[in-house]
Amino acid sequence: MEQVLKTTQLSKYFYQKKALDKVDLSIEKGKIYGILGPNGGGKSTFLKIAAGLLKPSQGEIAIDNKEPGVYTKSIVSYLPETNYLYKWMKIKDALNFFKDLYTDFDVKRARKSLKFMELEEEEKVTSLSKGMMGRLKLTLALSRKAKLYLLDEPLNGIDPISREKIITSILDSYSEKASILICSHLIYYIEKLLDYVFFLSEGRIILSGNAEDLRNKRGMSIDKLFQEVF
Amino acid sequence: MEFNNSIPIYLQIIDSIKQDIVVGKLKSGQKMPSVRELAGILKVNPNTIQRVYQELDREKITYTKRGMGTYVTEEEKTISSLKEEISKKIILDFVEGMNKLGFSKKEMINTLKEYL
Repeated sequence: MEQVLKTTQLSKYFYQKKALDKVDLSIEKGKIYGILGPNGGGKSTFLKIAAGLLKPSQGEIAIDNKEPGVYTKSIVSYLPETNYLYKWMKIKDALNFFKDLYTDFDVKRARKSLKFMELEEEEKVTSLSKGMMGRLKLTLALSRKAKLYLLDEPLNGIDPISREKIITSILDSYSEKASILICSHLIYYIEKLLDYVFFLSEGRIILSGNAEDLRNKRGMSIDKLFQEVF
Repeated sequence: MEFNNSIPIYLQIIDSIKQDIVVGKLKSGQKMPSVRELAGILKVNPNTIQRVYQELDREKITYTKRGMGTYVTEEEKTISSLKEEISKKIILDFVEGMNKLGFSKKEMINTLKEYL
């Protein structure tokens, strides 16, 4: 199987604090992965390193066999948890912003997705509810033809209707040619999407495995297993 | 479809498809939805559906024509043995449950009769 991302003993320190501690993981093409763990466990730090926004303190990370940099940014689509759109923007400006920034941004796909998400291009981003903002950010991230999608807490603070739409779009955008890595602590809602899970706590991977195998072996849902482990 | 997340999801989907074939909701020779379609309908990982179809193909309950899709078997024998398999499972579950409640064989039969 072709590897899209691989880390070896990846560590990140913030002064004395270990955010990531010797993490070894690899991600194959065409699969959906979940990094699950409590807040502060290192999930976002991991994604930021993979997105090329933070440098590792020790260890290695390779995306498509390259160190994070200009090339990897061109094939990685990252959905951050924070808001990154300018206040003056309308939704259509956000679309243009992405089109200018990323050559792999598919405007057609984005327009189709906006329709599904029930978002109007003339709407100002400052007037959006939290759920609508979540839907817009996901539309932007998934409309790139990337090899690797990194989604940081796509369901956090999202209402049930938006949640359904977000899950549907993630599935729609699935392709055998790409991989998706989702960080979340809302396991119940996303576990049916996942091929493989990593439990991350205090910067370490304490459990990992194929989701169906784990259900089979432990006789419980990933959500239950998570509650048992933590 | 509601899933019980403590049981592998592909097994639950297989059971539900078998059920649909036995009761005729899915007809013999009928084309199944594509992997992507079914994943979208059930809101599960497409690789899970891939595994479902592989397993059903292996059990000869469906067959896949390359580039054409997956179809329900036309073998009457396979379908009738499927029916047997499912009914056996229901009966075994019943007997096991009643055993746990301390019913004797005779009591089981008599109780069952009341509901027939």
